[in-house]
Amino acid sequence: MISEVVMYILLFCSLYFEVFLFITYVEKRNIIKTEYLEKKEDYWPSTTIIVPCWNEGNTIIATIDSLLNLDYPKDKLSILVVNDGSTDNTIDILKIFENNPQVQIYHKKNGGKYTALNIGIENSNSDLVGCLDADSFVDRNALKNMIPYFENKKIMAVVPSINVHEPKNTLQRIQKIEYGWGIFIRKILSHLNAIYVTPGPFTIFRRDVFKKIGNYKHAYLTEDMEMALRMQENHYKIATSHRSYVFTVTPSSLKTLYKQRCRWAYGFLKNLIDYKHLFLKKEFGNLSFYILPFGVISVVSALYFTANIVIKNANLIQEQINKIRLVGFSFNTIHFDWFYLNTGLISIISLFTLATTITLILISMKLSENKIKIKPELFYFMFIYPIITPFWIINALFNTIFSKTITWR
Amino acid sequence: MEIEHAREKTDWLKYLYTFIITALIFATALYISNYFSNQKMSQLKTTEDRISLDILSSETQFSLLAESSCKNIGDNTLSREVSQLGEKLLYSEGKFGADNQDFQNLKTYYSILEIKDYLLMKKITEKCKDKTAFILYFYSNENSCADCQNQGYVLTKLHELYPQIRIYSFDYDFDIPTIETLKSIYNVKNQLPAMFVNEKVQYGLKTIDEIKKIIPETKIWDKEALATSTKASL
Repeated sequence: MISEVVMYILLFCSLYFEVFLFITYVEKRNIIKTEYLEKKEDYWPSTTIIVPCWNEGNTIIATIDSLLNLDYPKDKLSILVVNDGSTDNTIDILKIFENNPQVQIYHKKNGGKYTALNIGIENSNSDLVGCLDADSFVDRNALKNMIPYFENKKIMAVVPSINVHEPKNTLQRIQKIEYGWGIFIRKILSHLNAIYVTPGPFTIFRRDVFKKIGNYKHAYLTEDMEMALRMQENHYKIATSHRSYVFTVTPSSLKTLYKQRCRWAYGFLKNLIDYKHLFLKKEFGNLSFYILPFGVISVVSALYFTANIVIKNANLIQEQINKIRLVGFSFNTIHFDWFYLNTGLISIISLFTLATTITLILISMKLSENKIKIKPELFYFMFIYPIITPFWIINALFNTIFSKTITWR
Repeated sequence: MEIEHAREKTDWLKYLYTFIITALIFATALYISNYFSNQKMSQLKTTEDRISLDILSSETQFSLLAESSCKNIGDNTLSREVSQLGEKLLYSEGKFGADNQDFQNLKTYYSILEIKDYLLMKKITEKCKDKTAFILYFYSNENSCADCQNQGYVLTKLHELYPQIRIYSFDYDFDIPTIETLKSIYNVKNQLPAMFVNEKVQYGLKTIDEIKKIIPETKIWDKEALATSTKASL
């Protein structure tokens, strides 16, 4: 009985979260279509893009090339590559760009991504400062499309639309759906002033952000989340430019995906603990009452539903083993009888939640890819991802509780 | 540059609207779920009424037995229907909850139908000299009876192998006078699972082979089945 009540509450919360997203989308969809399309012709703020790299020999050329190809005045754009003690061929590769006036290269001892970013920030004096992970590539118009947002003086940082670079296998295609979902969520959250992460791939900040609230911190290897929360703590507005496309290389195997997500989930939990004072405070608005509490609820839900499914299936397997032990295998002819369809309240609500999720995913697909196409990955994302997600949540919880340190790769 | 802080107000009205919409979706889901539950209950009731009518018809036929032959009375269709109804009731108990009043009424009706069918079939068997065996199976849904579910698997399989065995299952904890009477007549103690077979009560989990030993007719049925299959293969 208690477990059913908990289930109802968690399902209510899931549905509430989705309905809130949907209402906000309906409310803002026309604004989203037309926002910041116009750009002042003469407004080209000077911009520095920091590229921190550690053993990125395979992708660094393409990353820097994509930045050099940006449709942006060359005298206003500088690229600052910080080699964070690479041990592969990154140093040799970077020599290709030594004579490029737009590119500055710094070498330092390995100290972690945030230290590389901070070297970049300290050595730049432009109006805007951004970062691009060395495994990501920008679309030619990415920066130009962000600039109109900075004409609004309240906006202190702009987050791009991050998508998967050339997905080659099913796992990467599933992540493409997930990244599309992320684009949609961030767009809605930006309209709620509740962005909680300024991703490494090509978030552009006003330089004043770092001057006023300081540089990047270690932040459990999720410095991008910590920076966003620190900005929110200081009431700095973060926008998303959904027409600024950035493509990033995503994990191609379950093992690397697991490692990456464990790091994200761990950073998420640790940063939430560090910024717990942002919860349920009127002055922090929707971040405080919507995204952060629901972030915690989603972790609890994932664990609770998984535990439920595991226990139920374990019982079912035990029953089947007993049955086989007693009467052997028996293959009964299956005949459909609607009587045995599960029409309980939990099933019906789950169906409603699923329908809302599908609707939102299709909307996110339209926003991120400009078209709606039903692909198998969509179903894998909805039905296989939820099975594997709890594994990294459990890992992150374990590491959080026992204060274990984690590594980047 | 002077930074303009963005202190956005929380949109409480939107939170309220969202709550109302989510609650409405929940209410709709509750309505749909109740609708299907009622449909299922009503299906069970219809089946019970049909079985009741069939039993009444068999009883009438039995009364006319002196003027009629045995072969059309109490065929296996009724037994199958009773067993399917039992399965559905068991499934419903897990879904609707044993405390549901409508469900309890259906279960009471079902138990009475089982007893009526049992009494009638016993009379028919005696009169027509049929080789039919009967098992009255007492189970409990309480956690204390870990083997009840396993005994259920065994009896289902046994009925598949020997359709001539008529199995009637009764919830030992279901507090209705007919089951209480049955328990007291056969002196069934609260040591479950329990079976009344061949005028004796057997306690504890019994395998197919153990039950076959208690019902000697199974040997005859095995021989008959072997003879039929040999004939068919020739």
